[in-house]
Amino acid sequence: MKLTGAQIMMEVLKEEGVDTIFGFPGGVVIDIFDELAKTDIRCILVRHEQGAVHAADGYARAGGKTGVCLVTSGPGATNTVTGIATAHMDSIPMVIFTGQVPTQLIGNDAFQEVDIVGITRPCTKHNYLVQSTEAFPRIIKEAFYLARSGRPGPVLVDIPKDVAKEAIDYRPVEEIHLKSYNPTYDPNKKQLRKVIELIEQSKRPLIFAGGGVILSGAAAELTQFAHKTQIPVTTSLMGLGAFPGTDPLWLGMIGMHGTYRANMSTGACDLLISIGVRFDDRVTGKTDAFASQAKIVHIDIDPTSIRKNIPVTIPIVGDCKISLDHLNELIDQADLGDVAKKRQNWLAQIEEWKNTNPLAYKQEDTIKPQYVVEKLYELTKGEAIITTEVGQNQMWAAQYYHFDRPNHFITSGGLGCMGFGLPAAIGAQMACPDKLVVDIAGDGSIQMNIQEMATAVQCCLPIKVAILNNAYLGMVRQWQELFYDKRYVCTDMNCAPDFVKLAEAFGAVGLRASKPEEVETVLKEGLSVPQPVIMDFRVDREESVYPMVPAGAPITEMLLV
Amino acid sequence: MEEKKHTMTMLVDNQPGVLSRVSGLFSGKGFNIESLCTAPTMDPRVSRITIVTKANPPLIEQTEKQLRKLINVIKLRDMTGPKAVKREMALICVQAKPELRAEILRIVDIFRCKVIDVGIEHYIIEVTGDESKLAALINLFRPMGIKKIARSGTLALYREPK
Repeated sequence: MKLTGAQIMMEVLKEEGVDTIFGFPGGVVIDIFDELAKTDIRCILVRHEQGAVHAADGYARAGGKTGVCLVTSGPGATNTVTGIATAHMDSIPMVIFTGQVPTQLIGNDAFQEVDIVGITRPCTKHNYLVQSTEAFPRIIKEAFYLARSGRPGPVLVDIPKDVAKEAIDYRPVEEIHLKSYNPTYDPNKKQLRKVIELIEQSKRPLIFAGGGVILSGAAAELTQFAHKTQIPVTTSLMGLGAFPGTDPLWLGMIGMHGTYRANMSTGACDLLISIGVRFDDRVTGKTDAFASQAKIVHIDIDPTSIRKNIPVTIPIVGDCKISLDHLNELIDQADLGDVAKKRQNWLAQIEEWKNTNPLAYKQEDTIKPQYVVEKLYELTKGEAIITTEVGQNQMWAAQYYHFDRPNHFITSGGLGCMGFGLPAAIGAQMACPDKLVVDIAGDGSIQMNIQEMATAVQCCLPIKVAILNNAYLGMVRQWQELFYDKRYVCTDMNCAPDFVKLAEAFGAVGLRASKPEEVETVLKEGLSVPQPVIMDFRVDREESVYPMVPAGAPITEMLLV
Repeated sequence: MEEKKHTMTMLVDNQPGVLSRVSGLFSGKGFNIESLCTAPTMDPRVSRITIVTKANPPLIEQTEKQLRKLINVIKLRDMTGPKAVKREMALICVQAKPELRAEILRIVDIFRCKVIDVGIEHYIIEVTGDESKLAALINLFRPMGIKKIARSGTLALYREPK
């Protein structure tokens, strides 16, 4: 059967179970869009290619599938770079198709030509320039295989126009085998047995989980593991939802804006079982002082994560879910004794830390941003999918919304990419049409991809945006307040659009709250209407995120409220 | 921690862009490259890249892991120490004034090099050997004046079992 490159692409996308693509057309990808229209695959037209990638990212994180986007060459391709880097840092499975000028024009500085494979080499898991239609089917298959296997990540496929147009005899590619790529899923059993021994010996054990637990679908196994061993749990920002935020063993998030008890526990523990984490500097603070009394177990599917930042006592390369499954079995075989009793002192100490310095803020006559998040948590019963922008809004969302389930907190962790939340909410809503999706935003970040409101309106997506509007680039302002003698250079954003009118201009609903007593009313109304909504909460301008660990300090040295 | 020279070779897919992935990894991660050689192997689909780097042991471990993670790197082997043979080639253009020509030829003989180009005022000498041999030779020629030098960088092969 003779098929064109574009038709072959549709065949493979169907085989891969793709049902949604986020894209933006252009000259060299018209053929592909033309074929796309003949399939059942939904194509979401975004307003900027960065939005397409973030939306595909949100779609992948909320739905657990591989996100797909399709954009044109040149500026279409370069506009995806920030989104790709975001997905790369957070290990999100994604395939990005970019158009390219015809093969005979490559290198000619042709119209809308850019070496996107060269540009994205360091921020993709792998990328391809398709040099012939014959190679195309295998490359698409490989791209999906690489994106979702091992440590997931974004894979870019650059398709010259002639490759999409040319017709060849198509035979489906059966199986992908790459001799240079064999991720280790099964952990070393001997190493796992050592973990059990360490748990037996430990007086103050602590579990530190990260995004890897969510990516491998191991949240249930982690919870089981913690319950069986009665070991308290903290997670990184990316790990929120991997362990129930309402569980008695939950300590809250670790790191720069982690809870007092989570950070103090890390400093005091004698065994740190880290699972699916990479010891980012926002987690560790000063690395020499990080968990300095502890033996450290590190389970991760990516060998490069292990011993990259922190020396490890027991390295274990393997899938988090499989490893935790094995550990749970080993615990059942071992006799750990009365673990609840053994942990008594340790858990009492943690309880004391919790009581001396809980997460707190002062309620005044201005709206406190933390209060908005708390109210949102209450009104949504903790069941909403929360996306965030980056900065203070992100940290308050992480601190005050308690996630009981994985895949419900969608945030740009590694790259810290402002403008992520709104398009990610669009993707999350596409993946989970029956869920309530709320973007907790700041007034600075939301303006970075506000154009995607048009996408939400066009696709009738009832996403909610809650802007914690302090008319500042709040997180940088906070640093300037604390470490730069309050010199608020280039952080005052006291000239922003009227977000209520802006929402209406997009055809969405706009609401505003300026006093604490209005918060609940606005939230109730905003969450109940079936349209996309922007809620503008005029919050206390100079509220800061606490606790805070100054950059480079040990995480046990916190600035408290 | 002490920085040490470290030689590693890898088999990679012989495709456009692969060398750029490898070298880009070094620049992107802030690793250092002392020398780098690449050429196809007996299998034309596979190339061998030999890299000499200088770093402390944890960084070496991280570099090797990162290289192994590249999809186009099929196999990577540590070539440091006596388990591998290592050679480098250099072409050295030495100033050869009449009164020094005999001395230069004597050195060439002792070091088992070859003169491959002769001019009125210069010789071009081809030399192959390990790092210390090249260093010794360059030291001897330096006072006479080395006009130009081209070095290949280290090549390495693992010794087969005896």
